Amino acid sequence: MPAAQRHWAPLFAAWLIALLATAGALFLGEVMGMAPCVLCWYQRIAMFPLVVILGLGLLDADGRSIRYAWPFAWAGWGMAVYHCAVFWGVVTEGLVPCGKGGSCADAEVQVAGIVPIPLLSAIAFTGILALLWIANRRVKA
Amino acid sequence: MKKQWIVVASVVAVVVAFIAGAIVFKGRETQQVSQAAQSNSDALVRASSPVFGIPAAKVTIVEFFDPACETCRAFYPLVKTIVNSSFGQVRLVVRHAPLHEGSDTAVKILEAARLQGQYWPAVERALAGQPRWAAHGNARPELIWDLIADLGLDMAKARADADSPAVAQLLAQDIADMKALKVDRTPGFFVNGTPLRDFGEAQLRALVDQEIRKVKAP
Repeated sequence: MPAAQRHWAPLFAAWLIALLATAGALFLGEVMGMAPCVLCWYQRIAMFPLVVILGLGLLDADGRSIRYAWPFAWAGWGMAVYHCAVFWGVVTEGLVPCGKGGSCADAEVQVAGIVPIPLLSAIAFTGILALLWIANRRVKA
Repeated sequence: MKKQWIVVASVVAVVVAFIAGAIVFKGRETQQVSQAAQSNSDALVRASSPVFGIPAAKVTIVEFFDPACETCRAFYPLVKTIVNSSFGQVRLVVRHAPLHEGSDTAVKILEAARLQGQYWPAVERALAGQPRWAAHGNARPELIWDLIADLGLDMAKARADADSPAVAQLLAQDIADMKALKVDRTPGFFVNGTPLRDFGEAQLRALVDQEIRKVKAP
């Protein structure tokens, strides 16, 4: 494998996480009918473009896609961490800009009643950041 | 294998899994809703529910209706046409499903108008003026009073009725039945007890036609 392509595997893994997270979010919202809260929307806004940006980067073996993915991954990660803090009551509900579509701290934001959706989101964004970091190092190497 | 194909194959796999999951989930949900409709069939129509059309009609459309819901507004003329063009075979029973902000107040005003025999005119006025009083985030259902002011109602009595325990009781019954039947969005249609799962105009017409054929040829 040429050295220039060594970043492909971590980039693919990051893209796959974004793809699965996007499919999962759409499944929860459109199929299961769970209305996304405001914070969920901000995380969606950060997650959905990652599928396109990283996907195109993979098709063209374009390492620069990492650069364009960074801001989305960081923004989404920040939102997800904040959402987790809201969910577990670290940040009080009064500070949260939640309008229609359910409270962001609601117990309903759980998959199968066990895993909180904001935690899944935080794990996904953390994974994407880590993989992008690895891919970036291999591009420079 | 070329790397591009791995990407394409992954997308296809996820899309296929998504569709398969959606079909399984919707199928299970349909089963649950049908079961809820069967085991709670007495919750579909109450003696106190408003009826449009001939009460003895053999086909009954039950509509869970929210006066603040845009889709309910869009469906109203259609449902009315179905009843009117059925030659007495179809009737409409309205159940109130106040899922929007301010809908509960709107329903109480409509119920108060019903006590004076002006339910359907009041519904039509409320729907016509819906964009004004049911704006999202700024619901002002009390504006309906102005919309129905010229229906010849005893307005003092109507305002008292709207706040009465009897009307509150009717609304509470509608909400309880809505929950028992797992209606979580409006309009929610049942035709002779069969829930309309695949939502749409044509689908509603088809379901009604199917039930008409059933009662014609037993």
